[in-house]
Amino acid sequence: MSEIKKFLYVNRKAPYGTIYALESLEVVLIGAAFEQDVSLAFLDDGVFQLTKGQNTDGIGIKNFSPTFRALGDFEVTKLFVEKESLEERGLTADDLQEIVYEDEDDDWEEKPSIKLVSRAEMADVMADQDVVLSF
Amino acid sequence: MKIGVVVSEGPYTHQAADTAYHFVKAALDGGHEVPRVFFYHDGVNVSSRLTIPPQDERHIQNNWTNLAKEHEIDLVVCIAAAQRRGLLDENEANRQGKDANNIADGFRISGLGQLIEMGIQTDRLVTFGD
Repeated sequence: MSEIKKFLYVNRKAPYGTIYALESLEVVLIGAAFEQDVSLAFLDDGVFQLTKGQNTDGIGIKNFSPTFRALGDFEVTKLFVEKESLEERGLTADDLQEIVYEDEDDDWEEKPSIKLVSRAEMADVMADQDVVLSF
Repeated sequence: MKIGVVVSEGPYTHQAADTAYHFVKAALDGGHEVPRVFFYHDGVNVSSRLTIPPQDERHIQNNWTNLAKEHEIDLVVCIAAAQRRGLLDENEANRQGKDANNIADGFRISGLGQLIEMGIQTDRLVTFGD
């Protein structure tokens, strides 16, 4: 089990309405213990998962969006967000939560985990993986 | 080649569990290995031994149970996803104080770590879902 593979979790669905987003995050958190090279991709309605100011009081379902801000503590530091998916939904980077990690190779400086990429760049990110799990 | 398989949609509602079954059979016939199939999301419902489809329809749970027996495939059902959806093995039913259990032969309940491990240990991971 010493081999390190590149894992990509692809998040394509809105955070509520279906359980895919929540159960994807559960895999990411468990998977973090395996010390693999982990990235997350957010595209299509999946970009809504990272929006700030989520309030689920009206639907009686747990708001799990704060958990994304804890991913840095699990050494999950690469969150690729597709620009076109944001634009198609009238969103910009300013609508997303601020998610940071402490870079141990750079005096624990706080750095942003979210990286905006174009659709073409997202294809490159995907092509570079060993294991892709799609949610 | 070693192939890991994920089934992530429920039986009958969605074709994923059928397509995965045919894929695994074809892969085995083609000389590949399928050491494990992981059931997640509504895919965990495939493992209910209380499944009773009409007699002229395929029996998805039996298909998997028989295939697993024949080829020694490890059918793993995610415990977190299973408990949310009312699927328990005997141990979990006792531990949770429930009066019944419903996991079919050939399936076992375990954690998400088994999914990650499958990704690490196989050459390809193939997901059947939506």
